[in-house]
Amino acid sequence: MYAWLWTIPALPLAGFLALALAGGRLSRRAGAAIGCGAAGLAAAIAIAIGIEFLASPPPGGAFAQQLWSWWQVGALRPGITLYLDPLSLVFTLVVTVVGFLIHIYSIGYMRGDEAYNRFFAYLNLFVGAMLMLVLGSNLVLLYLGWEGVGLCSYLLIGFWYRDPANGAAARKAFVVTRIGDTAMAIGLFLLFWQLGTLELPALLERAAGTWPVGSGLATATALLLLGGAVGKSAQLPLQTWLPDAMAGPTPVSALIHAATMVTAGVYLIARTHVIFSLAPFALWMVGIVGAVTLLLAGCSALVQTDIKRVLAYSTISQIGYMFLALGVGAWSAAVMHFMTHAFFKALLFMGAGAVILALHHEQEIGRMGGLWRRLPVTFWTFVIGGASLAALPLVTSGFYSKDWILWEAWLAGGAHRWLWAAGLAGAFLTALYTGRLVFLVFFGPERTAVSRPPGTAMRLPLVVLAALATVGGFVEIPATLGRLPLFSRFLAGTFGGGAHEQAYDAAHGAVHAAATGAAHATAHGHTAEALLQLLAVLVTLAGLGLAYWIFLRRRELSTRLATSGLGKGLSRFWLAGWGFDALYDALIVRPFVALARLNRADLFDQISRGLAGLARLAHGGLAATQTGRLALYAMGIVLGAIVAIAWMVWG
Amino acid sequence: MSAVPIMHGLLLASALFLLGLLGVLVRRNVIFMLMSVEIMLNAAGLAFVLAGARWGQPDGQVMFIFILVMAAAEVSVGLALVLRLYHQFKSLDSESARSLRG
Repeated sequence: MYAWLWTIPALPLAGFLALALAGGRLSRRAGAAIGCGAAGLAAAIAIAIGIEFLASPPPGGAFAQQLWSWWQVGALRPGITLYLDPLSLVFTLVVTVVGFLIHIYSIGYMRGDEAYNRFFAYLNLFVGAMLMLVLGSNLVLLYLGWEGVGLCSYLLIGFWYRDPANGAAARKAFVVTRIGDTAMAIGLFLLFWQLGTLELPALLERAAGTWPVGSGLATATALLLLGGAVGKSAQLPLQTWLPDAMAGPTPVSALIHAATMVTAGVYLIARTHVIFSLAPFALWMVGIVGAVTLLLAGCSALVQTDIKRVLAYSTISQIGYMFLALGVGAWSAAVMHFMTHAFFKALLFMGAGAVILALHHEQEIGRMGGLWRRLPVTFWTFVIGGASLAALPLVTSGFYSKDWILWEAWLAGGAHRWLWAAGLAGAFLTALYTGRLVFLVFFGPERTAVSRPPGTAMRLPLVVLAALATVGGFVEIPATLGRLPLFSRFLAGTFGGGAHEQAYDAAHGAVHAAATGAAHATAHGHTAEALLQLLAVLVTLAGLGLAYWIFLRRRELSTRLATSGLGKGLSRFWLAGWGFDALYDALIVRPFVALARLNRADLFDQISRGLAGLARLAHGGLAATQTGRLALYAMGIVLGAIVAIAWMVWG
Repeated sequence: MSAVPIMHGLLLASALFLLGLLGVLVRRNVIFMLMSVEIMLNAAGLAFVLAGARWGQPDGQVMFIFILVMAAAEVSVGLALVLRLYHQFKSLDSESARSLRG
């Protein structure tokens, strides 16, 4: 089965080629069949390979498939090589399965759109590029996928290109992420220059062997890679593109801007975790970026009035959690939160899409309400997704992953406790804005009539994802609830049961004996963890309760809060995303445009313009000689002949 | 083959050529311009014949016959053009065809 690995990225890419070349001539039904079929087959193969990976792991815990040599420049010989280890397997499974469900959903959501087949072509290209990103065995191939998903993001944000605002949003996303990509490219150059390879396993080995902990080069490369991750994952300070990216169709927001592409930064850092371990400062920066981002974005999510923008800021905030986890070295926890987040956030976006369609493209939550009776399936699945986002204890996947992150942050000790505090505050914010969203959209009085309830193609993915968002967390159950560390044990194949996992076990007094180790937890470790969990649960419930109180029971409270002097200013500030757009506009965009305007007549322009002027002048002169007088033409011939003869005789 | 000095012959040819050229440049009636071109062609032919006689080679006469044929072709095309011109502008004045300019 491993030999089939190449078909996982190849199928969606083939689907893209078919749809791109023949999409105009195919019927809509055929276009949807090709698009969904390619993604579905890839998902099926990924699941089969995943099962085999669990049943009989490849020797060495990883499987590499060399397809062909890509190109060769000096010592740089990147191959088209796929590399499957626990980390890439988790990402592959999530990308293909969630991607397939979103393809199905798109059949319903994009029904009636004129560019139906083009949409599926882009979606397939995206899935293919994303799989290249996670399966690439060298950083060059990873970078190819990285830029590929960036391109698809651009194409899909601007999918409805007739509205210039969508085009502007697409350009913004492209340019802002390109800033991060440039940093990442420089990081790759630095890695290759210093270590002489970009093949991932060899690279990480050499990095660990060459650089001492805290060395300047390790820190520099780690920070540059972090720059790339920050751009792609919409973290501070490059987060401004993601809320605007909501201009794209909702399935795109679910697939690219929630579940998969924006978590590529998490994947990159997890993939190169060895380098980050060598650079404690860079790792600390990762945690800081995550903590600050999750708080800022959480506040912004609290006051957004567009349902998709609430979810966009929530996505930024949740990726902040993943960065926070990476920052304390809890690689597995970050990947786990990626997985659960992909489930529940894709679910939430698709639920929001169903609501938007049902209300005839209404996105303002102020004009929604009372929908729980009208859209029961959407309501229940949305509540499940929301509960998971808010980390409702025990029954949701989000609880397990978020709790794990908080516990790891607490365990990291020292200044990392601040990260834990930020995470806890973020949990409160998350519960608050999730509660606000659910209460305003589905409860209260009905404000807009339902015109088009979602069809089967849209309901089915919702139900499947709701199930995944519920049970997805049971793969890693903390010690206080019976300790079932399947996920971390599985990912130990990539992260090598790192220091933090050992610390995790040490804190429980457990003996880490890979597969069979029975946990002998001490009462002390349990008590601390249980207390912290209780605290997190209380904070979550408090957030939900407060949301219930001010957004449903006493609606006038929230209105009064929002119209009071301080509240008004603060909510306007948060609505604008902490003013980052205005700041960048004044600091970078406007000076740049002014500079470009100033430089409009630079030297090179003068050269080309001078050539054009010369040609125009010569044209004018020659045209003036064409008078239509035969005698003048004859005179011209005579003079020319005289000059020619004179030149022959005396020249 | 008593000797007409070649210089005299060449002077005659040059005079004919210049006369023809002057005709082309100053006449406005296209028929006369065509005739002037014929004179120039014959001046060139005379120069070839003279040169052939001077060196006792047949090439000069070959060239003259060639020029004759060419002149015949030129006149036929030229007269056809003159006819079209006359139909178009009801005049033989070359200035009347000035609309053909850049």
